[in-house]
Amino acid sequence: MSILLAGRTFRLIAALGAGLALSACAKNSADDLMGGSGANGANGMNGGLANAGASTPGSIQDFTVNVGDRVFFESDQTDLNSTGQATLDKQARWLSQYGTYAFTVEGHADERGTREYNFALGARRAESVKSYLISKGIASARIKTVSYGKERPVATCNDISCWSQNRRAVTVLNGGQS
Amino acid sequence: MTLLTRWLTSQAGTPYITSFISKPRIPFMRRYFRNFPRSVALVVMAVVSLLTLSLARAENEVTVKGGSSFKPVTIAVTTFQGEGDIGTKLTSVINNNFKRSVFLLPVDAVGAVSNPDAAPDMTPFRSVNAQYVVTGRLTRQGDGRLKAGFRLWDVASGAQAAGQEYFADANNSRRVAHMISDAIFTKITGEKGFFDTRIVFVDETGPKERRIKRLAIMDQDGANVRYLTKGNDLVVTPRFSPTSQDLTYMAFDNGEPKVYMLNIDSGQREVVGQFPGMTFSPRFSPDGQKIIMSLSQGSSSNLYTMDLRSRQTTRLTDTPAIDTSPSYSPDGSKIVFESDRGGSQQIYVSSASGGAAQRISFGDGHYSTPVWSPRGDYIAFTRQRAGSFAIGVMKPDGSGERILTEGYHNEGPTWAPNGLYVMFFRDPGGAAGAKLHMVDIFGRGEFAVPTPSYGSDPTWSPLLN
Repeated sequence: MSILLAGRTFRLIAALGAGLALSACAKNSADDLMGGSGANGANGMNGGLANAGASTPGSIQDFTVNVGDRVFFESDQTDLNSTGQATLDKQARWLSQYGTYAFTVEGHADERGTREYNFALGARRAESVKSYLISKGIASARIKTVSYGKERPVATCNDISCWSQNRRAVTVLNGGQS
Repeated sequence: MTLLTRWLTSQAGTPYITSFISKPRIPFMRRYFRNFPRSVALVVMAVVSLLTLSLARAENEVTVKGGSSFKPVTIAVTTFQGEGDIGTKLTSVINNNFKRSVFLLPVDAVGAVSNPDAAPDMTPFRSVNAQYVVTGRLTRQGDGRLKAGFRLWDVASGAQAAGQEYFADANNSRRVAHMISDAIFTKITGEKGFFDTRIVFVDETGPKERRIKRLAIMDQDGANVRYLTKGNDLVVTPRFSPTSQDLTYMAFDNGEPKVYMLNIDSGQREVVGQFPGMTFSPRFSPDGQKIIMSLSQGSSSNLYTMDLRSRQTTRLTDTPAIDTSPSYSPDGSKIVFESDRGGSQQIYVSSASGGAAQRISFGDGHYSTPVWSPRGDYIAFTRQRAGSFAIGVMKPDGSGERILTEGYHNEGPTWAPNGLYVMFFRDPGGAAGAKLHMVDIFGRGEFAVPTPSYGSDPTWSPLLN
């Protein structure tokens, strides 16, 4: 029962996240070309949603909007850049404050790789985030990882403005407080 | 005159039994699921050799090999007579097969001959430069079955080169067309056919961000599509068993990606092994008794096998790298796989029991998805360089690399059972999706393989007959 509920919420959040990223995509493709890592997409998303309000401190929405749920990677890389580390520092602070959340780190790859390798690459990216969060004091028991390879892009076009947004690891909070 | 009786798995038609000689081997999965009803009818077809005379001219003149002097053998397939539309349809299936064979070139619109059972007047066929002529007759049997007989004629000598009769349920006429195509292809080229085969692929619908992926099966020419999964779970990389009606593939069930096995006949599915992490990129061993796959743990992926009888798992590689896309040599003694252990994705060969691996790819860019040809002579791969993705083949020692097609994104080769063609998917990128294509191993002819919507990750079945 509780598992079912958690699953539904998970899907809702995932869909919400994808929708947000898409709208950010359309708006920020130029920024990505200039700004590199694609973290601009997430920042842009925060700006865009600030007026929407409705993010109760400690809520999933608070995490997604005010902390930033994702970090981005260079092509075929799994190292965290300084922007990514800054985002994860914020995530770690938030996750320490709201210590009842368990969460899943989803690793993703862009479409410019072969399917099998991209599953392994996504797993490495998720592991990279997991290790970083553990190093910042988050208990490993709270963290699951999963790789989606190149199966779930958030941006679809034939250039780097999209690929850079798809090379990501997303921290997805479990709906139920565990 | 010899009478051969074969057991064939049919996807259409009423089952019927005539003579039955040997006990069919029970495939592995069926032993596991012998309590489930078999949904697919078994049909017996009798194949009768008709007056097979030796060729007046040298056989195998279409040398299936490389070289710029290659010319396909021209062949005129006359309309099969006797059952109206069925004959027309069957003839068109054969012509379509030969067009994609590259080695045979059908002469268009040759119409019918007056008597398909006798040597035709070769004059009109000589005038269109046909080297062979096919004539055929369909006869409805008393029990409703269809008898389909063909004769292959050598235009130069006027002699009959081959002839066979097939008995089948009437709604199985496409299947008969594929068997006739194989018989003719083999007679002329000396190579095994590939027409009486099926493709399992991933059918893709819906927006790219939330693609719905289903396993689907169809004839190699795109006919008779049937869906094997419902699209609730994301499915990728199906691979045919070389010995049974089983597939192995990776699926997300409750968000946990794992390797599964699926029986095509019964629809029964099971997880392959109990591994502490994501398992992916599975493939059967040539004897169908093992599955080799990758297991992701931490930031590395290593190769494992699971014996399907004993359920015992064995670790083959132990690296901090990504080792994936393993594929066995046809004799089962070696494996080829991709690894980034040297810094980028490259192709390695090792003993099937693991141990020291030898890198065989050395060109620019990254090499991935190696698949050993069922003939053993080549390894097909995806090569990524300078913004393009190519499909190519190389010998197992890495020599003789040949790119067969290159463009924005080509990926995931699978071999025809005769080792003369590879099928792969091509993705134009953006919001669109992939489609299937096939190309011969010399890169002379490339053809789209029709699918109902987007299609990816093809896997070619063994010959059915």
